[in-house]
Amino acid sequence: MIMLEKRPQPSQGWTLATPILAVLLTMLVGGALFAALGKDPLVTIRTIFYDPLFSEFAWYYRPQLLVKGAPLVLIAIGLSFGFRAGVWNIGAEGQYIIGAICGAAVGLAMYPMESVFIFPAMVIAGALGGMLWAMIPGILRVKFGTNEILVSLMLVYVAEQLLASMALGTLRNPEGMGFPGSRNLSQYPSAANLELISGSGMHWGVVAAFIAVIFAYIMLSRHIFGFQVRLSGLAPRAAAFSGVNPGRLILLCMAISGGLAGLAGLFEVAGPAGQISIDFNVGYGFTAIIVAFLGRLHPVGILLAGGLMALTYIGGEIAQSKLGLPGGAIQLLQGMLLFFLLAVDVLTHYRVRFGQGEVA
Amino acid sequence: MDLSSINPILLLASLMVAATPIMLAAIGELVVERSGVLNLGVEGMMITGAVCGFIVSVSTGSPWLGFIGAAIGGAMLASLFGFLTQYLLSNQVATGLALTLFGLGLSALMGQGYIGIKSPSFPDWHIPLLGDIPVIGPIVFQHDPMVYVGLLIVLAVWAFLKFSRAGLILRAVGENHDAAHALGYKVKRVRMLAIMFGGACAGLGGAYLSLVRVPQWTEGMTAGAGWIALAIVVFASWKPGRLLLGAYLFGGVTVLQLNLQAAGMAIPVEYLSMSPYLATIVVLVIMRAGRAPGSLGRIFHASR
Repeated sequence: MIMLEKRPQPSQGWTLATPILAVLLTMLVGGALFAALGKDPLVTIRTIFYDPLFSEFAWYYRPQLLVKGAPLVLIAIGLSFGFRAGVWNIGAEGQYIIGAICGAAVGLAMYPMESVFIFPAMVIAGALGGMLWAMIPGILRVKFGTNEILVSLMLVYVAEQLLASMALGTLRNPEGMGFPGSRNLSQYPSAANLELISGSGMHWGVVAAFIAVIFAYIMLSRHIFGFQVRLSGLAPRAAAFSGVNPGRLILLCMAISGGLAGLAGLFEVAGPAGQISIDFNVGYGFTAIIVAFLGRLHPVGILLAGGLMALTYIGGEIAQSKLGLPGGAIQLLQGMLLFFLLAVDVLTHYRVRFGQGEVA
Repeated sequence: MDLSSINPILLLASLMVAATPIMLAAIGELVVERSGVLNLGVEGMMITGAVCGFIVSVSTGSPWLGFIGAAIGGAMLASLFGFLTQYLLSNQVATGLALTLFGLGLSALMGQGYIGIKSPSFPDWHIPLLGDIPVIGPIVFQHDPMVYVGLLIVLAVWAFLKFSRAGLILRAVGENHDAAHALGYKVKRVRMLAIMFGGACAGLGGAYLSLVRVPQWTEGMTAGAGWIALAIVVFASWKPGRLLLGAYLFGGVTVLQLNLQAAGMAIPVEYLSMSPYLATIVVLVIMRAGRAPGSLGRIFHASR
């Protein structure tokens, strides 16, 4: 008989070991899945996890790692505050879209003026846009007790429709011969989020992601707000007694996650994506949820997890073009990773006992 | 705009069809939540059901077998959630989200060879006598059988929760799992069964989309229907009767906006398409939700 015994405190060792265990299990089961799809499992796993970093074409893929990783890390850092405090903002995808729309709108309004202030103004607009979009579920939760999970998620679909309307109407390129999509911001020097070092993949979004990691680390470990966040998650009643204002905490968590998601959207639309188009969003907001959990809601962990997730995106694309792996397989692999992580997490909080337990 | 092109009888009739997938998914989730488990993976189970149902019915030619396949697929995916939350004691919110992401990926993978195919048709029933009643006949009694199966499931769940001993045990487990455990009820077993029932219902709802309402398979075709179903459970205060009302309300909004789109309303299509989601938010805000089951979302671990 297998028994679970609650640990008085989460195991430190397992906290670090479970993400690695989850990745290994995902590779194992993913390999079996690839074999079932008629692909050589070893080759596929190597293509996804190894080739982007060390193959002969790695010079092309390595910068992509930063490009894909930056939005994931940026969004996941924001989400981690809320997830720690029990505020479930799962609509980051929507905030990402709105951030991109707001930021791009500011840039497009200035076209074709050239000024050094345009890009910073776009950054601010993007962050504010995402923040305001996240404030909707935040305020509704605080004022009316509405479930923020459902509201933030509904707003993703609203944002997607808004994006379509912007790409087809308001923000459409007047010189685009009627094609949907806005002007290309990356060809507009004052608004472009170009690579800071050519060929490195390093754009302002990557810089922002690194700053967010450091900032979040300091907030969580040194600042009173980080303490309140952690306390509210671990012991809500104790937090209330110690004078934490729950409404304020919810709003702050939503604002941080929304703002960072908005930033990620802006950096994406001004850089790698270049324009507002119907299919601008590719699910970073949802994958970031996996990144946040895989990184144990810890800034450094999120940085590593973001890199790993970016790797699966890039490796997945290579496997798609080279081995003909279907696109859904990578999405499945990412979902599987979160499943395994949640499953093996039982080892962090519980001790496994074998044999007959004595009767108390 | 030409409002006269909207036929009120057809509108109400298609309302019943539009409400059915959400109603099916919501009634399953209602049972799950009454047993004290919050499964946020409805969207994932729905889309898996949609693709399972589509594959089975295309390969066998029978929509009925398709629905059975969808229910089994949904229940199997749900049991994965059940195993993680009940036996590995994982966080229900996170696991539910994982289930949705997993289900979206799984369905995309399974359905890749089935894009652009039409499913075998599922003829409407014309119920004799009742279907001939003017006005009410076409609205209520001339639909495909699944509309009535859905209504029967809602009725059965209502009766099960209200009158049966098993329903009482399920509610006890949901209200206070420690007390139920102390009385000797198998909390985990009850919850596993509830979770699998919820998965089967969500699967049926998804299959209704891919087999009847669309009827085709496209990636991500549920488009938030699972989340709306979750919202309806809250709206319904965990009561089957009000759930029916909620489902028809949302069916109504969906159908109305589609009709307005077709009638060439001056509002852009995108803004009309937003309306079901906005309506969900408005309803969540206005409706004061009743009391949730006492143990909802809490992890049960029997300490010895």
